[in-house]
Amino acid sequence: MVDNGVSDSLFKMPTIKFTKLFINGQFVDSISGKTFETIDPRTGEVIVKISEGTKEDIDAAVAVAREAFDTGPWPRMTGVERAKIMVKWAELIEENGEELAALDTIEAGLLYQFTKFEIPAAADMLRYYAGAADKIHGKVLKSSGQFHAYTLMEPIGVVGHIIPWNVPLMMFFTKVAPSIAAGCTMVLKPAEQTPLSALFVAHLAKLAGVPDGVLNVVPGFGPTAGAAISSHMEIEKVSFTGSVETGREVMHAAASSNLKTVSLELGGKSPLIIFDDADLDKAADLAFFGMFFNKGEICAAGSRVYVQEGIYDELEKKLVEKAKACVVGDPFDPKTNQGPQADKNQFDKILSYIEHGKKEGATLLTGGKSIGTKGYFIEPTIFSHVKEEMRITQDEIFGPVMTLMKFKTIEEGIKRANNTRYGLAAGIVTKNIDTANTMSRSIRAGIVWINCYSILESDIPFGGYKMSGFGGKDLGLNALHKYLQLKSVVTPIYNSPWH
Amino acid sequence: MANLSNCNDDSNNNGSFLKIPKIKFTKLFINGEFVDSVSGKRFETVDPRTEEVITEIAEATKEDIDIAVKAARQAFDSGPWPRMPGAERAKIMLKWAELIEENIEEIAALDTIDGGKLYSWCKAVDVPEASNLLRYYAGAADKIHGEVFKTSRNLHLYSLMEPVGVVGHIIPWNFPTVMFFTKASPALAAGCTMLLKPAEDTPLSALFYAHLAKLAGIPDGVLNVVPGFGSTAGAAIASHMDVDAVSFTGSTETGRKVMMAATMSNLKPVSLELGGKSPVLIFDDADIDKAVDLALFGILHNKGEICVAFSRVYVQEGIYDEFEKKVVEKAKTWVVGDPFDPKVQQGPQTSKAQFEKILSYIELGKKEGATLLTGGKRFGNKGYYIEPTIFSNVKEDMLISQDEIFGPVMVLSKFKSIEEGIEKANSSKYGLASGIVTKNMDIANTVSRSIRAGIVWINCFFAFDVDCPFGGYKMSGFGRDYGLEALHKYLQVKSVATPIYNSPWL
Repeated sequence: MVDNGVSDSLFKMPTIKFTKLFINGQFVDSISGKTFETIDPRTGEVIVKISEGTKEDIDAAVAVAREAFDTGPWPRMTGVERAKIMVKWAELIEENGEELAALDTIEAGLLYQFTKFEIPAAADMLRYYAGAADKIHGKVLKSSGQFHAYTLMEPIGVVGHIIPWNVPLMMFFTKVAPSIAAGCTMVLKPAEQTPLSALFVAHLAKLAGVPDGVLNVVPGFGPTAGAAISSHMEIEKVSFTGSVETGREVMHAAASSNLKTVSLELGGKSPLIIFDDADLDKAADLAFFGMFFNKGEICAAGSRVYVQEGIYDELEKKLVEKAKACVVGDPFDPKTNQGPQADKNQFDKILSYIEHGKKEGATLLTGGKSIGTKGYFIEPTIFSHVKEEMRITQDEIFGPVMTLMKFKTIEEGIKRANNTRYGLAAGIVTKNIDTANTMSRSIRAGIVWINCYSILESDIPFGGYKMSGFGGKDLGLNALHKYLQLKSVVTPIYNSPWH
Repeated sequence: MANLSNCNDDSNNNGSFLKIPKIKFTKLFINGEFVDSVSGKRFETVDPRTEEVITEIAEATKEDIDIAVKAARQAFDSGPWPRMPGAERAKIMLKWAELIEENIEEIAALDTIDGGKLYSWCKAVDVPEASNLLRYYAGAADKIHGEVFKTSRNLHLYSLMEPVGVVGHIIPWNFPTVMFFTKASPALAAGCTMLLKPAEDTPLSALFYAHLAKLAGIPDGVLNVVPGFGSTAGAAIASHMDVDAVSFTGSTETGRKVMMAATMSNLKPVSLELGGKSPVLIFDDADIDKAVDLALFGILHNKGEICVAFSRVYVQEGIYDEFEKKVVEKAKTWVVGDPFDPKVQQGPQTSKAQFEKILSYIELGKKEGATLLTGGKRFGNKGYYIEPTIFSNVKEDMLISQDEIFGPVMVLSKFKSIEEGIEKANSSKYGLASGIVTKNMDIANTVSRSIRAGIVWINCFFAFDVDCPFGGYKMSGFGRDYGLEALHKYLQVKSVATPIYNSPWL
């Protein structure tokens, strides 16, 4: 039985088997010999030491990915053959589902009952893109002259993926599944807080038959390994999910190096707008889930909740009740509703925003404090009497802190929903079709959830407007385009019976 | 072409007898009006045939860009343009196309004196292309589709393709008309509003087009044309916090600055169409005379000032000697002179800066040890004319082989096998265009997939079509112009999800 922080859990933690860099099909130490520690956020204690990749290791990984792309089998296989290997990988992931789920739980504090669902969802993503791998089409074009012209959709080459810690395995496959289906090779840097599940699935990739050099997993830190990826002259594309500040650095590095294409999926301060005709209990459930799911560590979290004045008082009451009833504790414990924040940085940052909110004059309805003396647990927190210009309303907190506001008219709702530099997601609660249609077109956000929230699926494109990012969507067939280059081929034709 | 006064002196070999039209539009076009710049600054635009000033143009700097962005923002957030159905936007775009066709000769003359481009080409190809582009995207405006998705749950899911908002276009001087409409047409069809900064060397036709846009019914604030310099007006656009996307065509160095400015400001999405050092591979089975014509056209068209120029010519060794002899002979017959003269094949380089840069690369080529087969010198003693120039015995690592010269300078080399040809073709940091000359199907198929370039022309050159996407690999940039692809630069994808109950199917 592993030490379980604040509550009793009878979960037996599996041995950590993979702690080295995965380069060219082998687990190797970093060239420098450096290691770093990964921490259990339930207790603040070290789980295990992991090899730390720095620039030299990234260079080595890129060199093998380059070789694997330029001369190796992966892009030269048919889509069907790549698909078979991806499906085999998905099966191996499902066979090891409980162990993988435990790794994400222990590193990132995700609820075990959620990670047990996250892992098969990740495997399904592999299957989705495997099913698309043999259906990637170019077009034959109309021409106003005597030409035969068509487009080839080619794998872009060596891709760098830099992923965050909030839903580690899901993030891994959001990036890897479409790029590997497209025929690319890659270097993936998992977040330093959460390398374990990435290394385990790299092992499974090899067992599934992914050729050496195609997938390279290099744990390390942003300013060293991440920067080496973004500025590498031999990487054709970098795909990043994380904070705005770091996203800016990735883009900067790409611009300063080889003008590689960049896609960024960044933060959000997404609004949930609840109209008078909403069913109060359902709206309360939705709002609570939209904000507090995964301890608020979701880029699309509905962190600004606007409630139409007719139902405001009752909804506020219900939300506070729900917050108070929320069980915060060990994520392995099935009774727990909310686990610890992922690391100390986050924990400190969230608490400081809470202090800020109080100073700015918002009303603290519930929560606001950390729990216990060990680990990074924070009470679900709700502020009301919040003004639009307060930092707690404008900045992404990325923690269990909801800002609750009242609105009158649909026009006001739209204006306030759009009053943010971000544009990742939005939610609307109403049964009125006109309200739903108008609101969904007027909110400047990349995904609008009507009478639902945080619904993500393999077939739904996901990505931001404004400072929530750009560069194509994750998920859906759109995501393949991030990893494909379009080449036009033109040749004259003679004696064509039609044009 | 009988005509009136001879507006340039006869120091170039042929007299040209076209009367230069009066320049009617010299101010900034913001919110539907021609206005002076806030600072009152003006700059000169020069005729590269004579090195003389044509006229002064209002110069936009940051303050003017701010005003233009405000007008475009207002036009997008509350004006009619995005709120019109696609079919109505299309009608206005078609009207604009008609007005352009009514003024072809005048506009063609503007591009000729501003950019040194051949008048016959401007009249027959470039200016009509403006109308083609407008018509193509007008026809697409009412057919921009989102998708409805499959789901593994009880959900109704679809995507909305929304205009991205206020767009900044920064265009180059080599094809002032085509570049203007390559950028503006899809952006307008999508429902965006915009600022367009024409190159400081070639602002004249852009301002004329702005005037015609207003006549056509483009609402005020939708299209703002702001001539100025890259380091001031261009930088202000790329770094503006209220511009939602920027589309740039120009040099790799400036493209890098645009991307950097976008990074440091509001992380606006950027599309870059940059330089090239495009290779053409001519195989043994080629018709040598046709291949010679293709290769020469590939480097001399538009005086070599084309991003897709076939500046590296690789000829398979079996036909190399004959090819070299014929291409040099043909180059020596090339007529350089006043671009209004219908006999002329090559006009002046666009500006003094370009002219000097090309001549210095020619000197470099000689120093690097390449063999100068023909040309290499200035032509005449007035105007920015340069002789068609061919170097052979070139090594891959020479700067004349690696750098984009953007002038009438061909680099000619030999290759043996198809593998060597592919390797040499790909040994460039660029990846814009490429050419293959062969009738062999297998060679054509293999090589077209193996060259890392955004467009492959097999047995042709410069075969652009409005329906055919165009853009670079590697350091030639990213994003595609032309075709329906280009619309995506000006659209955002929004997914919308809502639960459904009692659906008879999933």
